[in-house]
Amino acid sequence: MKSLAELQAIRNKTINNVVMRKEGDNIRIVIGMATCGIAAGARPVMNAFMEEISKRGLGNVAVTQTGCIGVCRLEPIVEVYMPGEEKVTYVKMDAKKAVEVVAEHIVNGRAVNQYTIGAAEK
Amino acid sequence: MREISLHILDIAQNSITANASLVEITVDENKKADTLTVIIADNGKGMSEELVKRVVDPFTTGRTTRKVGLGIPLIKMAAENTGGSLKLESELGVGTTLTAVFVLSSIDRQPLGDMAETMLGMVTSYENVDFLYVHKVDDNEFMLDTREIKKILGGVSLSEPDVYMWLSEYLKEGESELINKEV
Repeated sequence: MKSLAELQAIRNKTINNVVMRKEGDNIRIVIGMATCGIAAGARPVMNAFMEEISKRGLGNVAVTQTGCIGVCRLEPIVEVYMPGEEKVTYVKMDAKKAVEVVAEHIVNGRAVNQYTIGAAEK
Repeated sequence: MREISLHILDIAQNSITANASLVEITVDENKKADTLTVIIADNGKGMSEELVKRVVDPFTTGRTTRKVGLGIPLIKMAAENTGGSLKLESELGVGTTLTAVFVLSSIDRQPLGDMAETMLGMVTSYENVDFLYVHKVDDNEFMLDTREIKKILGGVSLSEPDVYMWLSEYLKEGESELINKEV
């Protein structure tokens, strides 16, 4: 059973790493979490991103939420902002695709073309 | 929306948009009364009496980009389909409380769904907002208070990998224990 005492121990362990992580270029992952996004399944997508990034210890990635991006029929939508690169928009995401995007795009730097809005709209 | 927990995630976003610093989410499952009650109370900017009357209309929204907003109409419909009800109380400058009552045994009641996932998403995405989450199932209760958690963390982020994983486990265990106590 997880206890608050355990959390205290985690805190004491991580407090020193925190300052280091704040520096450097940040990657941003933005997830549409309005009514349309949530209904289409954005919640497991967001948690999959968070979990995968936590597991891999990627300190320079921020996962944030936004409202309706404007193409409700393609939700869940995720936008990835890499420093110095153009924004990549992924559509019709799910938890499995999210894990793939972290591995391929965030870690290896290659956008997963088949999940992008460009591929979906062809 | 397929689950009540998704409605909760959606409605709580309204509280964030209303600049709340504390959002209290209560889920109360009561077999004796045959109700599942969801209360989302915030200390945000509140709404005028006139706006409170209008927000249950799908053609009302706080957004300026378009003219529809479906969050409240959808939860209202989900509650009323079970024979339950939706109540909205708000005061400008004080906050808003939404209460949705579902008839627990109704065949049309959506499942509560994954509350652990809903809460995990909320508390880690909006770290500057505090959440008090209480889930009651008859006489048993599970609670998460981010004020208490943040006091322990003393500045360490909730989305710090180890903290995030702890929080995820803590919520999942708390929720599943509630269900197991039931059986």
